Amino acid sequence: MTTQPGTAEHPLRVAIIGSGPAAFYAAEHLLKQPDLTVTVDMFDRLPTPFGLVRGGVAPDHQKIKTVTKAFDGIAANPRFRFFGNVEFGLHVTLDDLRQYYHQILYATGAQTDRRMGIPGEDLTGSHPATEFVAWYNGHPDYRGHVFDLSQERAAVVGVGNVAIDVARILCRTPEELLKTDIAEHAFEALRHSRIKEVYLLGRRGPVQAAFTNPEVKEVGEMAGADVLVRADEVQLDPLSEAALAASDDRTLRKKVEILQGYALRKPDGKDRRLHIRFLVSPVELISDAQGRVARMKLVRNVLVASDTGSLNAKATDQFEELEVGLVFRSVGYRGVALAGVPFHERWGVILNDKGRVLDPDSKQPLAGQYTAGWIKRGPSGVIGTNKPDSVETVMAMLEDLAKGQVLAPSQPEAAAAEALVRARQPLSVSYAEWKRLDELELQRGQTAGRPRLKFTSVPDMLSALGKTPVPTP
Amino acid sequence: MKVQNILATKGSKVHTVLPDLPIREATALMVQHNIGALVIVDAAGALVGILSERDIVRAVARNQDVGEPVSRLMTRTVIAGSLQDDLSAVMRTMTEKRFRHLPVVDHGQLVGMVSIGDLVKAQLAQYQGEIETLVTQITQGGSQP
Ligand SMILES: Cc1cc2nc3c(=O)[nH]c(=O)nc-3n(C[C@H](O)[C@H](O)[C@H](O)COP(=O)(O)OP(=O)(O)OC[C@H]3O[C@@H](n4cnc5c(N)ncnc54)[C@H](O)[C@@H]3O)c2cc1C
Ligand SMILES: NC(=O)c1ccc[n+]([C@@H]2O[C@H](COP(=O)([O-])OP(=O)(O)OC[C@H]3O[C@@H](n4cnc5c(N)ncnc54)[C@H](OP(=O)(O)O)[C@@H]3O)[C@@H](O)[C@H]2O)c1
Repeated sequence: MTTQPGTAEHPLRVAIIGSGPAAFYAAEHLLKQPDLTVTVDMFDRLPTPFGLVRGGVAPDHQKIKTVTKAFDGIAANPRFRFFGNVEFGLHVTLDDLRQYYHQILYATGAQTDRRMGIPGEDLTGSHPATEFVAWYNGHPDYRGHVFDLSQERAAVVGVGNVAIDVARILCRTPEELLKTDIAEHAFEALRHSRIKEVYLLGRRGPVQAAFTNPEVKEVGEMAGADVLVRADEVQLDPLSEAALAASDDRTLRKKVEILQGYALRKPDGKDRRLHIRFLVSPVELISDAQGRVARMKLVRNVLVASDTGSLNAKATDQFEELEVGLVFRSVGYRGVALAGVPFHERWGVILNDKGRVLDPDSKQPLAGQYTAGWIKRGPSGVIGTNKPDSVETVMAMLEDLAKGQVLAPSQPEAAAAEALVRARQPLSVSYAEWKRLDELELQRGQTAGRPRLKFTSVPDMLSALGKTPVPTP
Repeated sequence: MKVQNILATKGSKVHTVLPDLPIREATALMVQHNIGALVIVDAAGALVGILSERDIVRAVARNQDVGEPVSRLMTRTVIAGSLQDDLSAVMRTMTEKRFRHLPVVDHGQLVGMVSIGDLVKAQLAQYQGEIETLVTQITQGGSQP
């Protein structure tokens, strides 16, 4: 008879993979349980925590990033440890973790992008927005990427908030960018950018656009770019009009009004122009003689209602061509599989029941394995949406604990787990070490007159911490 | 948000039965699995109807023989959803047309079912999330020098 973990002598040991919002909200909820002693070890493949809050949220949205102060508060709990620079599947595996933890929670987000599935998608000059975003935010894996900003015309496919982020960053002036923590390499490249026209392409109409009102308003207030909208494309079709009337959604009505207002604007003659288009889908990217993107073929769409009243884009037989030298597809992120963990390939998520990882064949929960955040429900929702999502998962974890359904680790001691990490990754980074990096980044920023100057390579981060790679014998 | 985001956290298990199953057994299944509706498929796996709690209440009220097959009771004109359907549109349609369970079909295959409860929960989580994000910005941002 084994004692149920969760006491001061036998804490419930939980491993959380990933350190984005979902990971931190789950840790918070676990650590604040009364009458239960939980210790949390959080792992991230990067030396730096916070996932997309650091590597996704736009650099000109500094205020959003202050959520990390709440995460600092969670990390200050003595029962919390961070192991940065430790990758699940590379340094530690599921079989390793089973020996040290009662429960394992995957919160690895969505590490790649969805594709458009059209000819020419992989031509030179056509990129996923995910890579551009990671590049301007200083993600170490993408610092070497090159985007040809000598082009004058760029298209961003999709009208979600990520698409708006990408379009806005392309339109920002160097003066505006200086007020941000954009990665130095990106600042240098964007400073010399020759982009003049940026096209944001929505396949449906303004009522169905995924971007939110503050973001649409913001693009109307840029220092160096006019925003242009075609009146006929924001004139609502009868189906959208009916849906809007029936929904009684004031925020949505406001969004349509903002866009219709843009259609009435006269350009101020600013250097750059952001065109927001609706009811068009790219069908092909066409190359020049060198194999570079030169044009995009678009088809005009109309909206048709599905059985459930969802209004979908249906292609007509009208086409147009748009001259563009740079294309970013921003049609959604996508999760990637973790070694040894079931994965739903088509949906790009870990299939689960309220956070309990399911066996793909039996559809029954796998003991001791859980998931939260974008890898659980798909790449949708703002930072705060991950909180109720993670709370739901933690509730499932606590229910299973109460039923004694946990893993049976042979070494449930904190010191044993730390020894494993040290053996596998001598260059792991603790939370205290991250705080030193954070301090250094802020100092470097101050010197440069910027909010922060990020380290963008892992060796730079490690050497700033006085950690040097152990020479292999 | 799309229907797919909701299905991902529901394990995509759908309880299906054949049209000739007696109503009595169908009801027992619903009790056993604590579910509000069963999907009826034919031998080839195609969606032919749906049996909800409401249908059963109706059957009881008119003293229908529970030994009869579910095909006698099920709703045949089933509205099915797709993975890419917008949450807001689906909610509106279910409220207007007064049905509580929506089977979801992808490439001709039944891949899951969402209930109005699931949709309300997802929408609530979305609102909560937006508020949470705003609140942390105000409280954390306010403490900045
Ligand atoms: C470009 C962009 C901009 C956004 N802007 C905003 C915004 O302004 N406001 C807002 O509220 N929301 C914004 N969001 C949404 C928000 O960022 C997400 O809701 C949130 O980050 C999802 O959290 P998560 O924890 O599921 O995933 P993530 O934040 O992606 O965190 C996942 C973590 O897991 C780690 N990881 C992955 N694989 C492994 C592995 N094998 N081993 C160890 N660690 C691993 C990653 O390094 C990462 O740190 C934005 C999203 C994007 C993409
Ligand atoms: N400032 C912020 O608060 C902020 C910033 C960034 C991100 N976020 C959040 O992060 C989440 C992810 O954002 P996201 O922009 O990646 O996703 P998203 O909101 O789901 O938007 C994806 C966009 O791509 C379009 N699309 C998908 N497939 C397409 C195709 N084949 N062809 C053309 N268009 C296609 C979608 O159109 P359809 O609707 O027609 O499918 C939609 O406009 C969202 O919840 C977002 O709100 C928030």
